[in-house]
Amino acid sequence: MSIILVQVIVGGLLLGAVYALFSSGLTLVWGMMNIVNFAHGDFVMLGMYVAYVVYTLLGAGPLLGAPLAALVLATFGVIVYFLLIRDIMKGPMLAQILGTFGLALLLRYSVFWFFGANFLSLPENIVGGTYEVMGLRLQASRLLAGGVALLVTLGLHVLLTRTSLGSKMLAVAEDSTAAQLMGIRPDTMQAIAWAIAAGATGIAGALIATFFYIVPTVGETLGIVAFVTVSLGGFGSVPGALMAGLLIGVIESLSGYLIGAVYKDIVVYSLFLGFLWFRPQGLMGRM
Amino acid sequence: MRRLLWPSVVLALLVAYPLLFATPFQQRLGALVLLYAIAASAWNIVGGYAGQVSVGHVVFFGCGAYAAMGAYSHFGLSPLVGIPAGIVASVAIAAVIGVPTLRLSGHYFSMATIAVAELCRLVVTNTDYLGAGVGLSGPTVPRNVFDLSFISALPYYYLFLAVLTITLLITWWMTNSRMGFYLRAIRDSERAARSLGAPASRTKLYAFMLSAGLTSVAGALYAMMFGFVDPESGLGILISVKMLIMAALGGAGLLFGPLVGAAILVPLEEISNNLLGGKGAGLTFVAYGAIIVLIARFQPGGILTLINRLWAKRRKAPVAATASGASHAP
Repeated sequence: MSIILVQVIVGGLLLGAVYALFSSGLTLVWGMMNIVNFAHGDFVMLGMYVAYVVYTLLGAGPLLGAPLAALVLATFGVIVYFLLIRDIMKGPMLAQILGTFGLALLLRYSVFWFFGANFLSLPENIVGGTYEVMGLRLQASRLLAGGVALLVTLGLHVLLTRTSLGSKMLAVAEDSTAAQLMGIRPDTMQAIAWAIAAGATGIAGALIATFFYIVPTVGETLGIVAFVTVSLGGFGSVPGALMAGLLIGVIESLSGYLIGAVYKDIVVYSLFLGFLWFRPQGLMGRM
Repeated sequence: MRRLLWPSVVLALLVAYPLLFATPFQQRLGALVLLYAIAASAWNIVGGYAGQVSVGHVVFFGCGAYAAMGAYSHFGLSPLVGIPAGIVASVAIAAVIGVPTLRLSGHYFSMATIAVAELCRLVVTNTDYLGAGVGLSGPTVPRNVFDLSFISALPYYYLFLAVLTITLLITWWMTNSRMGFYLRAIRDSERAARSLGAPASRTKLYAFMLSAGLTSVAGALYAMMFGFVDPESGLGILISVKMLIMAALGGAGLLFGPLVGAAILVPLEEISNNLLGGKGAGLTFVAYGAIIVLIARFQPGGILTLINRLWAKRRKAPVAATASGASHAP
């Protein structure tokens, strides 16, 4: 295998870790409440803009940008839960889809109106330079993004499976009435799930902003990436999202290298449709 | 006969509109309202009556638009010739993507349709035959009346009114047929409908194909009025979103819902674009987003459902008032 191919695969894995991080948020909300957040990609977009604002105002990189973006987005997630999601969850299907879809438009075009449609970016050297390891050239920003994303995703998995908070959330997901009888407040648990999900998109957005173009419509593509990841990894499964995220990162990067950059989205979308049509339960998950 | 009262009043008002509001801006606005009402009414068959929220209807819209412009730019024919071609192509595409996609329910169906639409946009953007990123143009100077290229919006207005009337008649006929009853049963509970013997898959597919054919006509008319189509105006996801919002705002699953929604949102968009210029485009969609969120949160049935409810209350209220009045009478 040529060194360039290895380089492309490693690059794909690093990007895939970030995909896994924000998709974990989507899969958590989806698995717990059976509601799809069509605005999920736009949450990531907000995270990117928070990182951009932090850089322009304070001159700080992702070390400050990521925690701040997590905080802002988590707060926003809780607000969205109490003002919108809690009510539309009980409503008809049309209301559920319209609600988060409208939210996506609202976010996308508020940012568009405020920042304009221009492509923004953070300075290339905001996180160190480029390292050479065993002949592979690795950008520090991508290494940092991939590494942190991997750690946070694993942390999320530990939180959900090894702590009492995680057990409570699982209890609400299984049967919210029964959980309520055990003294667990479904409202609080679901609000926490939204805070975690949105916080994860904030971190992912701030990380990806160090090497990705920042534009209001980027949420559309990233949202579809998250849908693909979740449908591939199974609904509600964080390890599934991790595996699927890494896989999609590699597939995207390989198809960009082998077929051409314009076709990589086509490959990802086709993959998504293929899975929805022929294997809707995902690679390892259950419906 | 009473049930024909409101439709005839609406039709009379629509016929009279361009005579009462005769400036070019007002006529153009009227034509656009009707055009979007056609598209949203076509969406309503699948999204409203059958309850399958498609976000990919722009594929059929684009198919009609590209067929009309393609007939002119590739074959030198009138864009009119493209209409039947667009319908046939759309119905065929609907059948092909409908079979696997309609098996998915709820959110999954919506997501799959988004992916189909984006996939089509990306493929067309990279296809030179379809003009790639630039798109296809219609006749700049009309050769004869069949090119349907007019400077005034008035001919378009009456053309669109005729097509809208036909669309609504088809929808009305469908809702009163066996298929309409099946669709409503499927929307309320697909499992219950199936267990009572309604052929759910087949009915949904027929509705999808019917809706696709009508949507492609709207796309063709759009391209004729604007004289060109490109991936953004013909296949952008926002076109699907507009159909969906207009139907939902007016009342999804109601015959006149999409028309009411279009009559509110199209003027809003045109006026804000006129007042704010290019900057207005962003703000318009901020308003769109806010409106959808508010409908979803407070009035998922749309404006017509709200009006119907208030109307029913008012009709009941006077009766109650007379009853209480009578009891107080000496």
